[in-house]
Amino acid sequence: MFIFYRNTRILIGLLIGVCLLPGNALAKIFDPDTFTLKNGMQVVVITNHRAPVVRHMVWYKVGSADEAPGESGIAHLLEHLMFKGTDNQGPGEFSAAVARNGGQENAFTSYDHTAYFQTIAKDRLEMVMRMEADRMTHLLITPKQVAPERNVVLEERRMRVDNNPSAQLREQVNAALYLNYPYRRPVIGWEHEIKALNVDRILSFYKRHYAPNNAVLIVEGDITAAELKPLAEKYYGVIPRGPDIVRTRTVEPPAVADRRLVLENERVTQPGWSRRYLAPSYHYGDTKHAYALQVLAEIIGGGPSSRLHKKLVVDDAVALSAGAFYDPSDIGPSVFGFYAVPKPGVEMSKIEAMVMREVDRVLKEGVTDREVAGAIDRMRNNAILAKDDFGSAAQEVGAALTSGGTIDEVENWVLEIEKVTPDSTLAAAKDVLQGTHSVTAELLPKPQS
Amino acid sequence: MMIQSFNRFKKHLLASLTVIAVVFCMTLNPAQAVEVERVVSPGGIEAWLIHDPTNPVTTMKLSFRGGAALDPVGKEGLANFVASTLDEGAGDMDSSAFQKALDDRSISLRFGSGRDSFQGSLRTLNKYRDDAFEYLRLALNAPRFDADPLTRIRAQILSGIMQKKEDPSSLANRSIFETAFKGHAYARDTDGSRESVLSITPDDMREFVHQRLARNNLVIGVVGDIDAATLKIYLDKTFGALPAKAAPWKLPQIVPHLQGSLKVIDQDVPQSSVQFAQPGISRDDPDFYTAYVLNYILGGGGFVSRLYDEVREKRGLAYSVYTYLMPLDAGALVMGGAGTANARVGETVATVRDVWKKFAAEGPTQHELDDAKTYLTGAFPLRFTSSSAIAGMLVGMQEDHLGIDYIDKRNGYIQAVTLKDAKRVAAKLYQPEKLSFAIAGRPSGVTASE
Repeated sequence: MFIFYRNTRILIGLLIGVCLLPGNALAKIFDPDTFTLKNGMQVVVITNHRAPVVRHMVWYKVGSADEAPGESGIAHLLEHLMFKGTDNQGPGEFSAAVARNGGQENAFTSYDHTAYFQTIAKDRLEMVMRMEADRMTHLLITPKQVAPERNVVLEERRMRVDNNPSAQLREQVNAALYLNYPYRRPVIGWEHEIKALNVDRILSFYKRHYAPNNAVLIVEGDITAAELKPLAEKYYGVIPRGPDIVRTRTVEPPAVADRRLVLENERVTQPGWSRRYLAPSYHYGDTKHAYALQVLAEIIGGGPSSRLHKKLVVDDAVALSAGAFYDPSDIGPSVFGFYAVPKPGVEMSKIEAMVMREVDRVLKEGVTDREVAGAIDRMRNNAILAKDDFGSAAQEVGAALTSGGTIDEVENWVLEIEKVTPDSTLAAAKDVLQGTHSVTAELLPKPQS
Repeated sequence: MMIQSFNRFKKHLLASLTVIAVVFCMTLNPAQAVEVERVVSPGGIEAWLIHDPTNPVTTMKLSFRGGAALDPVGKEGLANFVASTLDEGAGDMDSSAFQKALDDRSISLRFGSGRDSFQGSLRTLNKYRDDAFEYLRLALNAPRFDADPLTRIRAQILSGIMQKKEDPSSLANRSIFETAFKGHAYARDTDGSRESVLSITPDDMREFVHQRLARNNLVIGVVGDIDAATLKIYLDKTFGALPAKAAPWKLPQIVPHLQGSLKVIDQDVPQSSVQFAQPGISRDDPDFYTAYVLNYILGGGGFVSRLYDEVREKRGLAYSVYTYLMPLDAGALVMGGAGTANARVGETVATVRDVWKKFAAEGPTQHELDDAKTYLTGAFPLRFTSSSAIAGMLVGMQEDHLGIDYIDKRNGYIQAVTLKDAKRVAAKLYQPEKLSFAIAGRPSGVTASE
């Protein structure tokens, strides 16, 4: 899952929090309340009286994977344009009001969702609810506003992707990994398609997807459900329900060939290697493996105790870093991957062989009781620690509810992780890591000519 | 999400984040009804504590005054190297045993180094707290610096140094520091150079620990489910055996040598990183809070600032444009940055200069000042939502000698800024003729001054 924020700089704190968060997390810990408004908008309240502050988030069940072919980047550009005013608010007025009231705000777009949020003193919550509700259906955008904002997005793309060889390679890897599923397109969009987006297409996308029955309101902080409910009804409850939306996604065909991508660039100083496999998520494919795969990723490549780190980085000292990654929270197929950064002078082929030897060892011998117990313990601890980060609950619950998940799923995460056994871990590994369907990527320096 | 599979390592990421954190700590805005306790152990170790029983977690941040700026000449990167290896084995535990002990208990123990301080942080579930403080004690008092982990970490640091050479914003930033602090320790890269890092020995590192990590330059902030009596015991156990005094140091004050230059660092990238800076204002200057408010209006606000409005909103020249105050102990900068397509760099530079000039000449409007004050005072409780942010603030308050009642007083400092002050300080602080640029990319529309 790649997330694009509207403004990165003010989010550094939040990003650190998110980075520390384990893939998922948090069992029977958040204890949220939920109710649904008459127009179909789900509301979730996560009470936390630590400071007189709330985080107010509206999540829409639309992301880049819901875009039609040819209009990549439209979900993200719309997210930017949501700050340009409505029938009732001038351009930038919402942001100015949030700032004037000591609040902080941002928005982000991912494959499966788009979200807008403010963190603000509790007694200012009503103001942001009024203005957020207003822009759900009254957005006003003109060609004059779209032109500069499209340039802003193109600059964002240059900064994040075009200026950065490893990001360029990652974009190509996704296009190779997903043969047919829309995750093959970058969230930010392809440059030529961003340039072609116009007001009509953006507004029609907005009208189709922005409606209360396609949104989730989440408020975390110093507030109870009883306090929030009348406000939610007053501001969001009055918005007419939109047409029912069925999120149809293309189906990914079986991959039958291994693929290898190589990017050589003069600006690369540090080579890198990775291999990825499409894998089940909580809601796609053989979903029963989703928890065991998280434990597997932790055991093979989750940290300093992991097999890859111990073997490649510490014992044989051929890599500067090595690990594994897996996050099953997407609606569509997720990715299970390995990476290694070779030490100078170590051949890429050697690194690859060494990573794969560890993978083969798992496939042949499985993992031990002790490894599974240790991984579960660490994951459980991290879930409790993550609770200490304000906003993590709203983030987890929002991502789940807009990606086909439920609150119970979030709340029961630890319970499900605790059920994982060496046998189920091995079964999951065999299901994902065998066969010829991987995508391998090499990032290489190119001698300056 | 955010799998940095290719270009970052944990340690390096942490080091750079720490630097960012320092900058942000200096611009923190504390809250109202929070009680800060001054805790002094029987052994004389002081910590500032906010007792928060919400979660069974304890978070500690610590900072030793004196940072990478004190690295010996030729040994640049020493503080950073030590920060990256303190948790790679201590006491009887080698690197693997130490890391495993932390990992098994999900204890987060990290170190980082800025120019002016050497920092650590510890976060643990209370059920592992005895172990966590013992590991911190070992790391500070008995680090091993074994050959294997040193080789490994050194390779990671060297790789990071190489990677910064391909990153336009790092290059531009480096250039600004080299110009601004020419001849001063601040001009040096805190990560060091390839040569300097290769020259650092375990003895250098031991000497660093012995000379720099002492009780008299240590400040501590603690947040979480821990009371003062319990904390006192941990303080003596953990820090009691450190040397009483750090080796004395002197860092000469410097006014940054920024005279309106424009440098271009050639990089074959589609987007130039445009960084700019001019002399700043020190943290203990009586006008600091006024400058702080001014910075918010000029380029500090997220989606509302003069630069945001002119550069991004009206012209679509950049995704990100910002300014910040960087008051280092021995010299201060006003800094800023933007990323712009090569072809539009000239327009971006001209726009930034125009905004700067106008702001210096006219200062803010009453309306802008009022809005800035309501934001800066209103956003104050938002700082109290994460234990590590609060602990960091407690450390920053001590480092900057702000007083234990700073949290109660701080909004008053902001409220006290008048329009007259703001205009006066804007005219004094912002010097368009000194605003200097470093641009990494293939920019057009600008001429390098040297």
